[in-house]
Amino acid sequence: MLVFLIQRSLQGILVVFVMSLIVFAGVYAIGDPVEILINPDADQATRAAVTKALGLDKPLWHQYFLFLKNAIQGNMGTSFAFDIPAIELIMQRMPATLELAVSATLLAVLLGVPLGLLAGLGDGSWWSRTIMAGSIVGFSLPSFWVGLILILTFGVWLGWLPVFGRGETRMFLGVEWSFLTLDGLKHLILPAFNLALFKIALLIRLTRAGVLEVVPQDYIRFAHAMGMSRFQVLRTQILKNIMIPLVTVIGIEFGSVVAFAVVTESIFNWPGAGKLIIESIGRLDRPVIVAYLMVIVVMFVVINLFVDIFYSMLDPRVRIGAKK
Amino acid sequence: MTDTPASANAPGPSRPVVRQLSLLKGGWSRFAENRTAAVAAILFALLAGCAIFAPWLVPQDPYDLASLSILDARLPPGSADFGGTIFWLGTDGLGRDVLSSILYGLRISLAVGALSSVFALIIGTLLGLTGAYVGGRFDSFVMRLVDLQMSFPAILIALILLAVLGRGVDKTMIALVAVQWAYYARIVRGSALVEREREYIEAAKCLRLGHVMIIWKHLLPNCTAPLLVIVTVQMAHAITLEATLSFLGVGLPETQPSLGLLIANGYQYLLSGSYWISIFPGVALLIVIMLINLIGDRLRDILNPGKHR
Repeated sequence: MLVFLIQRSLQGILVVFVMSLIVFAGVYAIGDPVEILINPDADQATRAAVTKALGLDKPLWHQYFLFLKNAIQGNMGTSFAFDIPAIELIMQRMPATLELAVSATLLAVLLGVPLGLLAGLGDGSWWSRTIMAGSIVGFSLPSFWVGLILILTFGVWLGWLPVFGRGETRMFLGVEWSFLTLDGLKHLILPAFNLALFKIALLIRLTRAGVLEVVPQDYIRFAHAMGMSRFQVLRTQILKNIMIPLVTVIGIEFGSVVAFAVVTESIFNWPGAGKLIIESIGRLDRPVIVAYLMVIVVMFVVINLFVDIFYSMLDPRVRIGAKK
Repeated sequence: MTDTPASANAPGPSRPVVRQLSLLKGGWSRFAENRTAAVAAILFALLAGCAIFAPWLVPQDPYDLASLSILDARLPPGSADFGGTIFWLGTDGLGRDVLSSILYGLRISLAVGALSSVFALIIGTLLGLTGAYVGGRFDSFVMRLVDLQMSFPAILIALILLAVLGRGVDKTMIALVAVQWAYYARIVRGSALVEREREYIEAAKCLRLGHVMIIWKHLLPNCTAPLLVIVTVQMAHAITLEATLSFLGVGLPETQPSLGLLIANGYQYLLSGSYWISIFPGVALLIVIMLINLIGDRLRDILNPGKHR
């Protein structure tokens, strides 16, 4: 297990390293890094000073080394627009993104798994076919367009739910959260549902496929023969057996939920890191872009690592395969 | 995936027969056995035709400033201007006919989606085939790249690339290709690994045919079936992704208004109730994606008869 852990961690570090190379090559080597890193209004003297301070008069490999060293220390430049360290800016916005992503994942589980169970247990019935048709629609609709329809329906026409921002927030553990107030919750519903839609469709399909695989097994028939009620069989036999792939997929997909939050945040004006990155790209706030990219890459590697560990705990074959 | 009665009742031919079945050999009649898919294909051809010939079909050139009048701005669907021209889908904030903009936008969206899919197909197939044929270090390098790319969601990779490269048609296409190639590489490698062990490849090697010749003339034609399915699915993905990126303002430039940009431009009027500027381009996008997916589903049913449940 330890060997496996170390191996996977090393792989993760390698990915971060490769990504940092790509980001460095893109942002620093293409175009003049001085133009990118200092305010365009700065005079010649400041320019020369910054060039020297950043070591931009050094050869390229040395520059990359400096970039890496700074990045490890959490120093990725200062945002032009906000004049605070880029990494700090990202970290300020991250809780809003994570709140949205976690809510969406919860929603996906709470809606997707029961619907998938219904579709699987009643395979062939009209409701099963309706649910599956719905999941196909959920797959093929572009999520930003669904967002617009949600805004139009619930915000403009019906006027039931707010469609702009986070609403009232409350401090908890030193961070502002929306889900602690009623107003914040109302603001959270539409964006979370929008972000969850694709994952709901995915979970419906996975759960249904799992149920269809498990139900014909002998142990299910045996459980029925033992006189267990249908609900008991569902809870103790079926659910437990389909949980392993489900939990893995939910873990893997969490990263993609965070990535897709970029779209949802932009539509619903949710002040998270995703909206920040889009605005930063728009105003060429390069330090923020670099910081966001590095943070998200590290986050992804960590998520993938956790999923790998979890998977190896559930399925010993993965561990053994890694040793070969 | 789809459990349509036609595909379920279709006789399941053995694999070698299916391998030889190319779309060109009586493909259409086979394809059209499923009514829905046939209708989807015809509709898609019609839409694509409308998009290609848009400049000759549209009632108004949306990018000819002389033909626009600010007086016509934000007219609801079905209203007419002073000259009697009817705007069937309304007008946008600058007085452009939404229907005309959609046809022009469709043209750009389809072109970008199709071209990037084809480029990705070429690059992915080349790498996947060569990897499977050569094996060894090159193969494992390509597969590591595929793994790396697939461990990140498409939108994130596209966003990273566009954040670094900037906005533009060429840059968006680079991002779309970078996102897609790995799927082709993986699929093609999978089938090529199986084909490589077959006797006809051995025979070709015994005849001392060149490696390039074997890959191109023998390996590739036998790996095309899954590629056809992937290319349709990926094209739908590419169009959606391009629309999303353009909607966010990081994809295509304002001068190349694809459907995504049209939706984004209409977004500001949405909250004040002028729904048609955003919604109709969105409906057009939806229809295109659904049609492509229906075609792809049918292709999958024909080409992998073992897969349907």
